Amino acid sequence: MSGTLQISLKINGESRVLHTAAHSSLLNLLRDNGYFDVKCGCEQGDCGACTVLLDGIAVKSCVILAMNCDGHEVRTIKGLGGHDRLTSRLQKAFVEHGAIQCGFCTPGMIIAAGDYLRHDGRADREQIRRAMSGNLCRCTGYQKIIDAVYEVAAELESEVCG
Amino acid sequence: MGSRILLSDFAYLAPTTLAEALQILAEKQAVKILAGGTDLLLRMKLGTISHVDYVMDIKHIKELNYACLCDEKQCGSTANGAFCIGPTATLNQIAKNGDLSRLFPAQREAILAMAATSVRNRGTMAGNICNASPVADSAIPAICYGAALTLQSRRGKRIVALEDFFRGPGETELEKDEMLVNIALPVPPADSGAAFIKKSRVKPDIAKISLGVFIERDGTLIKRCRIAMGSVAPLPLYVQKISEGLAGLEMNEQLIAKTAQMVKAALKPISDLRTNQEYRRAISSVLVEEGLRLAWRNAGGELK
Repeated sequence: MSGTLQISLKINGESRVLHTAAHSSLLNLLRDNGYFDVKCGCEQGDCGACTVLLDGIAVKSCVILAMNCDGHEVRTIKGLGGHDRLTSRLQKAFVEHGAIQCGFCTPGMIIAAGDYLRHDGRADREQIRRAMSGNLCRCTGYQKIIDAVYEVAAELESEVCG
Repeated sequence: MGSRILLSDFAYLAPTTLAEALQILAEKQAVKILAGGTDLLLRMKLGTISHVDYVMDIKHIKELNYACLCDEKQCGSTANGAFCIGPTATLNQIAKNGDLSRLFPAQREAILAMAATSVRNRGTMAGNICNASPVADSAIPAICYGAALTLQSRRGKRIVALEDFFRGPGETELEKDEMLVNIALPVPPADSGAAFIKKSRVKPDIAKISLGVFIERDGTLIKRCRIAMGSVAPLPLYVQKISEGLAGLEMNEQLIAKTAQMVKAALKPISDLRTNQEYRRAISSVLVEEGLRLAWRNAGGELK
């Protein structure tokens, strides 16, 4: 009944026409087409490894149907790092703070942190923890991740104030 | 668990007008409405919803996306008007609205206590309500604020009070051809206040138990009170009799203690994977006490 459906969307700034099935998630669509920087973790909307930006807003791609994204714009971590200044700063801070171990959660973590900071996120550890609560990490114990996001948040605040 | 793709095979429908959506509901069988999808897709993956022939995505219906103050009487608003929420308004879209934050702080708090940002960016309040979980966070304060739902089909519209919408876990008042098209929160009068309290492992988790209270104050008397609780019954529970019995009474610590004991005695919670019935019953009276005090203070009242 589902068959193959055609979908037009923009991925990392590039217009793509792709084929998918009605039951395919955005996560499946992306990985089936080589966007392996989007990680497949729990597939239940819990772990946040599959977080991408959909029309500029952070979402979990495993609980979104691919067909929902027809005509919309998706950005994965590869389409942000090196292109978006904030993302690059977060990536650098993650490296400097040792906030990366196995790296599996990192794309989702960086996108979630970027979403927080783009929406007036403050340099407040409690707020950062809340904002990142939808992203799980089994290596770092979170402290270093929080430190990295806090550092960028504090820099942004001092840039605005100073 | 661990399904790679959705188990069910279904056709994807994306109507662009409400009329088209209502026609689909009237004509086709086994249609599931998809608003945000954060509950629906998960339940389809886990197989707790079976037999879906059509998934109807309503996000393309522009007229259903709003969250704003409105003074039209047809949405079930009162003299003061209402804050109206369309079925595709996301949880974050609602929580970030200035009017909602100012007039319905307990509603905002409940929404922000739900899941993670990236889920709230997608999930909707209409979906949370139609999913009809006994623990639905957004439903608890909405019941207290007196929310009215507009259900529409090709046969017409009807307005149902939120507390009358739920029938049991996953079961609602919606007929097969109907859809929830509006949630109206009546603007509260002056001298009123509300509270929302949720007990969970960590804040964004699903609640072990939750409580909402709305109080309208007349000097030192309670003019009107509405208490609702989550995760203590097969549906989001409006504690009707006890709430209504408070009208006209003098607010004081004795009344608070007495009410808390009455609620505790009336509840028949169950044990499940989040906590057991003993905890739910024991903590319920504490929540009611805290909630009544907080709502009273938020209504501008003092407690001796």
